[in-house]
Amino acid sequence: MVLNIPKNSNFFITYIVMFIFWILLSWEFSLSNILFGLVGSFLVAYSTRNLFIKERIAISPQKFIRKSYLSILYIFYLTYQIIMANLDVAYRVLHPKMPIDTRVIKFNTKLESDLAKTCFANSITLTPGTITIDVKKDIFYVHALTSEAAESLLEGSMERKLIEIFQE
Amino acid sequence: MIDMHDIFNLIILILVLNVFLCIYRALMGPRAWDRVIAINVIGTKTIVIVILIGILYDSLYFVDVALVYALFNFILTVALSKYIEFGTL
Amino acid sequence: MELIDFIVTALLFGGTFFFTTATLGLLRFPDLFTRLHATGKGDTLGVGLILTGLVIYLGLSPITLKIIIIMTFILLTSPVGTHCICRAVYNQGIKPWKRR
Repeated sequence: MVLNIPKNSNFFITYIVMFIFWILLSWEFSLSNILFGLVGSFLVAYSTRNLFIKERIAISPQKFIRKSYLSILYIFYLTYQIIMANLDVAYRVLHPKMPIDTRVIKFNTKLESDLAKTCFANSITLTPGTITIDVKKDIFYVHALTSEAAESLLEGSMERKLIEIFQE
Repeated sequence: MIDMHDIFNLIILILVLNVFLCIYRALMGPRAWDRVIAINVIGTKTIVIVILIGILYDSLYFVDVALVYALFNFILTVALSKYIEFGTL
Repeated sequence: MELIDFIVTALLFGGTFFFTTATLGLLRFPDLFTRLHATGKGDTLGVGLILTGLVIYLGLSPITLKIIIIMTFILLTSPVGTHCICRAVYNQGIKPWKRR
């Protein structure tokens, strides 16, 4: 059997990541365990090398540092939003009359790549009073619990942060 | 003096009560999808309960069980929603 | 009680509180989409808080690493599962509940 390993190094990156993951999970350094990990991660990496890494982009080091910094800031912002969302839902659940007024809104997004859209959809689900229903090409369908939640989403500060991270 | 293990026991007790409340929705849920989300919530709580029991019994292997349970819980939700949407698996 | 124990206890009870609100939302809210609002958010933060508390309690060890992997996995997949079931039901033509 001839293995046609592709010229770009998707396979090796996948192989190394899978092997590190095996070591982290098993945490045992006997010879048989490491050999079994090498063989197993080879099989997994060979069958899924095109799924794990789909696209690659060239990026300058300065931009990389700036984007990493913005991503970490975004994670803190998202944590704050998750806590606010949970307090909001807890208030609405525990209130005897349940002050909810639901609606479905749809809007266009300027994000292009799949990764950016996935991040945006997951962030919408975790922020106060909104969950993503469907994404068709550029159109987002969002279910909002209150009208204030819908307005604060359409105002679009979260999308601007993601555009700054993923595009330019 | 309160031991940390007492607090873990209390947390497990509250979570198990929560699971029983969710079973009400899983049994009575008017449509199929209400049962699906009830089962999903029960699975998430089970992961946390298994990890807490692993710490109480001082055993490493419960965490592996919880990891596999998390994988199965996600696959179950995705598969059931695909079945609801298209009618086949 | 030491300070670390106090922080861990606070995180554990915070997580349990959000789990309980998720359960109550599952029981009280009128239709699927509103129930998903309660469970999708409540589960994510509940797991995040409780497992962070356990990581602080156990300190650095291989078991902590596995707990961090589980936590990351649930934080990534909980919104995806919510979105999946939500899209399936919405494409069935089920209209969301509205207050009359």
